[in-house]
Amino acid sequence: MMKLIIKRCVMALLVLAAAAPSVFAEVRINIRGGRAEPLPIAISDFMSNGNLGPQISAVIAADLQRSGLFAPIDKAAFIEKISNPDAQPRFEDWKAINAQALVTGRVTQEGDGRLRAEFRLWDTFGQSQMIGQQFFTQPENWRRVAHIIADAVYKQITGEDGYFDTRVVFVSESGPKTDRKRQLAIMDQDGFNVRTLTNSNDIVLTPRFSPSKQEITYMSFENNQPRVYLLQLETGQREMVGNFPGMTFSPRFSPDGQRVIMSLQQEGNANIYTMDLRSRTTTRLTSTAAIDTSPSYSPDGNRIVFESDRGGKQQLYVMNADGSGQTRISFGDGSYSTPVWSPRGDLIAFTKQAGGKFSIGVMKPDGSGERILTTGFHNEGPTWAPNGRVLMFFRQAAGAGGPQLYSIDLTGYNEQLIKTPAFASDPAWSPLLE
Amino acid sequence: MSRITSPATSRLQTLARNPVMIALALSLTLAGCASKKNLPNNANDLGLNGANGAGAATPGSPQDFTVNVGDRIFFDTDSSAIRADAAQTLDRQAQWLAQYPNYAITVEGHADERGTREYNLALGARRAAAAKNYLVSRGVPANRLKTISYGKERPVAVCDDISCWSQNRRAVTVLGGAGL
Repeated sequence: MMKLIIKRCVMALLVLAAAAPSVFAEVRINIRGGRAEPLPIAISDFMSNGNLGPQISAVIAADLQRSGLFAPIDKAAFIEKISNPDAQPRFEDWKAINAQALVTGRVTQEGDGRLRAEFRLWDTFGQSQMIGQQFFTQPENWRRVAHIIADAVYKQITGEDGYFDTRVVFVSESGPKTDRKRQLAIMDQDGFNVRTLTNSNDIVLTPRFSPSKQEITYMSFENNQPRVYLLQLETGQREMVGNFPGMTFSPRFSPDGQRVIMSLQQEGNANIYTMDLRSRTTTRLTSTAAIDTSPSYSPDGNRIVFESDRGGKQQLYVMNADGSGQTRISFGDGSYSTPVWSPRGDLIAFTKQAGGKFSIGVMKPDGSGERILTTGFHNEGPTWAPNGRVLMFFRQAAGAGGPQLYSIDLTGYNEQLIKTPAFASDPAWSPLLE
Repeated sequence: MSRITSPATSRLQTLARNPVMIALALSLTLAGCASKKNLPNNANDLGLNGANGAGAATPGSPQDFTVNVGDRIFFDTDSSAIRADAAQTLDRQAQWLAQYPNYAITVEGHADERGTREYNLALGARRAAAAKNYLVSRGVPANRLKTISYGKERPVAVCDDISCWSQNRRAVTVLGGAGL
């Protein structure tokens, strides 16, 4: 099958010496306090022999713009044309166009064929260099270098990790609804570099990344046996997870990557099991005459959130990792499903059905503080960016031929369509690749 | 760019040392080589929903079952309870299956699209199990019956209102078929 490699493309990272003495006041966005005004930033074209420099700058600018926290300034407004990215820029020229920060850089080809990309982030009003780094990589990884630089800028100015050097695995859907073809696919978080991972012969659903970023667990109807599988991204090798006497579905990795947690269907009931991937031992965590599914670990691995209709409708429950202490946490109108614990541990995202609408929302792990981020005809299946600030989900509009992927900030603002070549559902965000 | 030994590799090495895992990989390969059955799913696939010869099917044929007995039952929202109209259909199915004992049967459970994916997989399974258990209670031997759930992934009716959703909440009894 298709080979796909997520390698650590990068690289020696060198810190470039500051070209100016640093001053105390640094440009900064506080993103903890709710919605922030986007910060005007200038991303100058990286110096290069060909188009690559401007292309890298464009990817950086697009990442920062899509985050909703930055407002890249139109290049046509630039006064200074950067000709030496190592020299201190004319800060007055950048202040004049209200650029709070400036990114300069250069990309060159090394003798051995590798690319060298360097950048500096300047605080224009503080008149100082905030960071300077350089990276080496193979030329085909140029988009990743741009994403890594965008992450560095994001982190420097917001104080939080970025999420641009990440990938999304999802289900690519084509054909009519009555005969829908589904393939696992993977892409960069910005929708570029889409590649399919499976053929379209069997229904495939709910792919999820391993913490190592090297494996996907998913459900497939291969050989008409609906089961949970593992897929090695590097080799393309697949294997069934466990040998259960019925349908297994809704898999997810534990935070240490050593277990897969999933549901096993027996007659009318679904219960939650884990399988240790080393010892192959399975452990049953729930025992109800109900549908218990969509389990998701807390980032410390100590607790699990899941959905169950044991009380009538689907609601969210939290239990300890050994299955003890099962406690209902959702009490609003309607039903709740597909809970996913935030990588920061502070929130649980979910799908809520009420009044004929499907919403994406978040609540605290104790069930308090419920907040709906988006509502419509059909929104489903949130997944967290690794920094816990952005969610991706899929939406099918009424009358639409199929679902599409969207991202939205934790604030409920900045909803963005992620363009994909075909219909797309079941997104799962990777951890940061670096 | 330096290659890093990935956890994936080490897990594969674990696999090679583990005889259970080798057996599993082997059985996967064998299953992958087996020829795939392409049985029609339902009346739509057979082109039997309409005026083309209903009632003229040979007694005891799959067409006879689909057209004259009725191969599917419908459910209320979020429910797997066998409705009165569904019980009548299942009674006819049980009689027919007793008359023609050579068919193995798969009951396919389905959900409408107004639910989330994982729950609908389980709900489809619950509906298939309910239909299967009803047939067994009417004398169909349990060992003739398999079930499979397709959740909301295989609708037969496509629109954004109740007229379609109610047709998709179904259990379809398939002669042969692909269940567990």
